[in-house]
Amino acid sequence: MLSSQIKSNEIEFGSCNKYLLEEIIFYGMGLGADFVEIFIENTDNASVLAEEDYITSVSPSFGRGAGIRIFKDKRDGFVSTNDLSKHGLMRSVSQAIEMLDINDKNNKEVFNGLNKYRDYSLSKKTWIDEVPSINEISEKLLFSTKFLKKNNKIITRKGSYSRNLQEVIIASSDGTYASDIRLHQTVGLNVIASDAQYRSNGSRRFGSSGLPNEFRLWDHEKAANDVFESSMNMLYADYVEAGQMPVVLANKFGGVIFHEACGHLLETTQIERGTTPFENKLNEKIAHESVTAIDEGLSEGSFGSLSVDDEGMEPEKSVLIKDGILKKFISDRAGELRTGHKRTGSGRRQNYSFAAASRMRNTYIAKGEYSKEDLINSISDGLYCKSMGGGSVGATGQFNFAVEEGYLIKNGKLTNPVKGATLIGEAKEVMPKISMCGNDLELAPGFCGSISGSVNVTVGQPHIKVDSITVGGR
Amino acid sequence: MNSRELTNQISKAADFLNLKKWDYGASFSNDYSVQVDKGEAKQLKASQKQILTLRVWNESNLVGITTTSDISESGIKKALNQANIASDFGNKNESTEFSPLAKDPIKVKDEKKRNPLGIKKLLTLLREAEVKLLESHESIKSVPYNGLSESFYERVYANSDGAFRSFTKSQAALYLYARAEEKDKKPRSSGSVKLGYGVNDIDIESCIKDASNKTISHLNYSSIKTDKYLICFSPESFLTIINAFSSIFNARSILDGISLSNKNSIGEKLSTEALNIYDDGLHEKNISSSPFDGEGTPTKRICLINKGRIENFLHSESTARVFKTIPTGHAGLGSKVSVSTDWIVVEKSDENFDLKTSLDHSTYEGEFVYIEELNAIHAGVRASQGSFSLPFDGWLYKNGTKISIESATVAGDIKYLLKHIVNIESNQEVTTSGVSPHIWVDELSITGDA
Repeated sequence: MLSSQIKSNEIEFGSCNKYLLEEIIFYGMGLGADFVEIFIENTDNASVLAEEDYITSVSPSFGRGAGIRIFKDKRDGFVSTNDLSKHGLMRSVSQAIEMLDINDKNNKEVFNGLNKYRDYSLSKKTWIDEVPSINEISEKLLFSTKFLKKNNKIITRKGSYSRNLQEVIIASSDGTYASDIRLHQTVGLNVIASDAQYRSNGSRRFGSSGLPNEFRLWDHEKAANDVFESSMNMLYADYVEAGQMPVVLANKFGGVIFHEACGHLLETTQIERGTTPFENKLNEKIAHESVTAIDEGLSEGSFGSLSVDDEGMEPEKSVLIKDGILKKFISDRAGELRTGHKRTGSGRRQNYSFAAASRMRNTYIAKGEYSKEDLINSISDGLYCKSMGGGSVGATGQFNFAVEEGYLIKNGKLTNPVKGATLIGEAKEVMPKISMCGNDLELAPGFCGSISGSVNVTVGQPHIKVDSITVGGR
Repeated sequence: MNSRELTNQISKAADFLNLKKWDYGASFSNDYSVQVDKGEAKQLKASQKQILTLRVWNESNLVGITTTSDISESGIKKALNQANIASDFGNKNESTEFSPLAKDPIKVKDEKKRNPLGIKKLLTLLREAEVKLLESHESIKSVPYNGLSESFYERVYANSDGAFRSFTKSQAALYLYARAEEKDKKPRSSGSVKLGYGVNDIDIESCIKDASNKTISHLNYSSIKTDKYLICFSPESFLTIINAFSSIFNARSILDGISLSNKNSIGEKLSTEALNIYDDGLHEKNISSSPFDGEGTPTKRICLINKGRIENFLHSESTARVFKTIPTGHAGLGSKVSVSTDWIVVEKSDENFDLKTSLDHSTYEGEFVYIEELNAIHAGVRASQGSFSLPFDGWLYKNGTKISIESATVAGDIKYLLKHIVNIESNQEVTTSGVSPHIWVDELSITGDA
């Protein structure tokens, strides 16, 4: 058998659907909808897991479905289905119309047919043939896990790969008619180290959007060394002593602090809910003047990049905060309708079964003028957070996230590794305390779970210093 | 297509492709949900979903798998074909077989299936609930997270050896999460979730009351001094932490080296002798119960901790063979079969003479921290290391008064926590994830602002 056959080869959308899509939109508008949106999706995914020196799982999956959203006034009704027949799509429209209780007006004349087809997938049709075969992936994962075995303290070694190929077609009653192919590849390595009562984890994830060849270029040896060293550094670490202290957060995935502490609060869904403290703060100072923060979907290869969002709009570069002043919110169609903030090409969804919502893409704090050493030297007693775990933000703006690899800072120098640290705080209070930004901006891939499911994002920042934050520990 | 038809289709397609051994799990669902915002319908949702997971054994008895939402004739053939290709990469070091219990009788609880109420009725009920919650206290300004949903689904398992089981079910859920604001104070937020077989089974009034009382009760808050405290876990928070560390009982995690237990841990003393823990998926209060697992093994009650000692692990078919026992009905269906808990039941054993029974959260007048709800589990738990550092909603009780705690975390080690249980209260409470009494633990670290 040819392992490279694990892919569907059936993804094929195109202008042939135009008349059907128009017919469905006319149908919805004729029943009185203010707006009709159709999102059709075809996916072709595969994942591979290597444990110790064996491949223990290969899982292909295929899916297709449609999500139909109808707006009436400021309300929306959303129906998803696996039935892509004309009958199935019509039935979904009827169901959405019925849910919204629309029965008053024929809006057919508002729809002038679909605009010229925008095919963002044109140069991407060959991607599925260009990604590495399962054989190639398996070999590289096994090399990686072999490199993780550097001493007998390493008790588990894992390498995982996943490839998600999604083809979408988006059509709506404002004439939007676009299609795209999205390819995301991610690889993760992790180990558990153990020595008597001591235990530690080491993990890293790498990912790209587009770039079918990216996995071949991945330096698995360097990645494995990094993961191994992290686990060794943390193996005998003491628990961090809790309290308020200054911290330096490393670049790349350290950007999760901005993503959780502030980014979510700048999504229009939070304005709609009344859960952001920044709702009426446009053009006001909400952060230290050293902070400029950006959200965009344009950086080539970055995990949160997209050619077109899930509502058919090209992503724009949104400067959210400029020198500490709030400049923009992250907005989608419903956000624009309900809050008045212009769409930013940020309407995103995990798949057809979710309605799009305002979501971050590649979100980062811009680089400053200091070196990493400048930041550390400025602290006499604090914490250096080299690697961050996951985090979350609640309905009152309170956030938290875990520090996976941390070191104490004493008299301007890095000293002992510490474990068990959690950073907690509130966005409004922490943003003014980011007083120094390094000159070493880097981005890191991640997944963000929110109202429209789990989407690929990039977080990023240079090294930053937070003057004071609560560190949870023992 | 009904599930019998689907099984015939798969059987025919497998014959056509000359695939002798296969099994599958499928689910078909129709879901309806509503959200509101100050009386207005916000988003109304309906979905029809089908998902099919197929496994195929090749001539070398290696397993391949594919998941698809396309159950047309061509979709099924494609899925079988892809699973067959994937079987080339099957795990050569650990074989997978059909569960030996896949044809055993299953115990189906009284199904209590309900009919759909429909979106309009859901919307009316949720609007009314939102109004009542907003009116319950002047400080409650919004209900930012809310939803009322009903689901109707069928789950199926079948294999080429003639096993076939399916069950249908209805389930409804209501959640109300209120946000309160007072002048010169930080906003406070809290909520409540209720489940039922149908919307009419949900006690909407008590959901409103719980959400309101919880939110209002936290309006007067203070920071807490960072220190070690005597802790009382609410039933919900104790179940959260047991579920977060359930890899202790998970045979798959043990074989993968990511559990704190090992193959020889049966009989190990893990806690005070006063503690019993069971997994009981078919518990009468478990709305989400399923009579069989992903491999078709019947669900059953199993004792995990008996008088403080590990009594059993949870098994799939393959882990059970390694441990020379039988599957317990906790498996998923995957290329690598996962194992997970269903419904945890915590109780006081009859060896409870060393408990400090004066510790009762409703009467005790000494100082302690009451942990109502633990948050951010995905970020703050290191299950393979045994450590946790978690934000929580809770209270400081002192001299007969209680003060809501402003942002704080509780940190510790699960083995330390279990060994330092000092009281297990008598009354068990039913939550959405299991059953537990209040549990008291000595000397855990709390980090606050002060």
